[in-house]
Amino acid sequence: MMDNALEVEDLGVRLGTEEVLRHLDFKVARGQCLAIIGPNGAGKTVLLRALIGALPHTGSIGWAPHTRFGYLPQKLDIERDLPVSGADLLRARAALAGVARGEITAALAAIGLDGATLDKPIGTLAGGQFQRLLIACALLGRPNVLLLDEPAAGVDAPGQEQLNELLRRQQLTAGMTILMVSHDLSVVHQYADQVLCLGRERTCFGPARTALTPGLLQEIYGMPVALHVHQGTTHEHA
Amino acid sequence: MSTPDITSQVVAVCMAIAAGLIGCFALMRRMTLAADAMSHVALPGIGLALMLRLNPLAGALLMLLVGALLIWGIQRRTRIATETVIGVVFSVALAVGSTLASGEELIDALLGTPGALPLWEALLGIAAALLVVAFVLRMRNALIVALVSPDIARTAGVAVARLDLYFLLAFALTIALGLRYLGVLLMGSLIIIPPAVARRLARNLDGMFAWSMVVAVLATVAGSALASLAGRPSGPFIVMSAGALFGLSLLRRSAA
Repeated sequence: MMDNALEVEDLGVRLGTEEVLRHLDFKVARGQCLAIIGPNGAGKTVLLRALIGALPHTGSIGWAPHTRFGYLPQKLDIERDLPVSGADLLRARAALAGVARGEITAALAAIGLDGATLDKPIGTLAGGQFQRLLIACALLGRPNVLLLDEPAAGVDAPGQEQLNELLRRQQLTAGMTILMVSHDLSVVHQYADQVLCLGRERTCFGPARTALTPGLLQEIYGMPVALHVHQGTTHEHA
Repeated sequence: MSTPDITSQVVAVCMAIAAGLIGCFALMRRMTLAADAMSHVALPGIGLALMLRLNPLAGALLMLLVGALLIWGIQRRTRIATETVIGVVFSVALAVGSTLASGEELIDALLGTPGALPLWEALLGIAAALLVVAFVLRMRNALIVALVSPDIARTAGVAVARLDLYFLLAFALTIALGLRYLGVLLMGSLIIIPPAVARRLARNLDGMFAWSMVVAVLATVAGSALASLAGRPSGPFIVMSAGALFGLSLLRRSAA
């Protein structure tokens, strides 16, 4: 366990009568980035939620001692008139983590959010702005594990690149372990060290650069997914 | 105003502060109608206490706390929305309560009759109100983060299920506190209306808390005074005062 941030053995999750995950085994080394991919409904979000203890499960989930989480949930449904501003949310999260307000400024600078955006009720923020706010929230409290459920959802193209670079920087300089649900296979190929593929029929786990074969992707997604790699950049076509 | 009246007013103000504060989170957690429904859970407790010749408020408090535990337990086990569970529990409680209480006692229980408070009840009321206020202020950050995403709160070390239970208990305690003044039928209104007014007047969360407490206290004090002048139960007058303040707030453009 010492070199691993996370060890999962024979994990199973059942929602009502449906068995969403079963017999899942994988390990994530400290400082590595694990991408979780798979078609809609394969159980990616369920897996992340089970890993943080939000869902009952069978099997074992072992986090390294002194793990501090930063968590980005999948798209949230926030009422437009909820009287909570971005600043309110960040201050509350910072207080829970016991960090100084200076760290809020640093997180905001890293994610590129301005003060005017922070004063608006969170329900009125554009999708990308809200996503950035939640990522800033996840970075508070010096986490050593980031769990991100589709971090680029709703973020514009330049923002996505900025986000990918930010995550890469956090991983390299702060030694952060990252578990990321993503539909962007080129990003997975480029940034992830390991990939966990959740398919309806089977799952697989291995190094991102070798595991993502066209045959495997077709099996996981149930249709052909071509992944082209050109000198560090990749494009996928379904 | 005689001494017992002053004591009663002090307790009423403390109760209103607690209601205004917890009401803000009830509104944000989409539990405003639940507040109305949940107050009815007190009725069978009042009926039972009257049958057993015990203090009706003690019966109400006990029933509300049992109701809160029941709602929390059913919700956890079945994942049905809080409002739905409260709706079911409330209807059953009202049905049971109406068979247990009758006549003038029932009217008092439904509409509120402040009168003079024994010292022990006044002290208990103030202590309970302080407990609710202390809970909200101490847990405010956890409540805010859990409101946006229970999963973010969970990863920040918040025991979300326990927080939900404590919130329901504080909510039930606040309702029990106000029953004497507003009665079973109307107590929910003092949890709903002040934060609704505050939402229109405040620019941020702190402002909303402050406005909500001010509106709840103003409505309670003005309503009690008017009821005393008219020689009628206080509940309807408190709610009408709160309603008038809501009407006034409509004159202002929304802060959002």
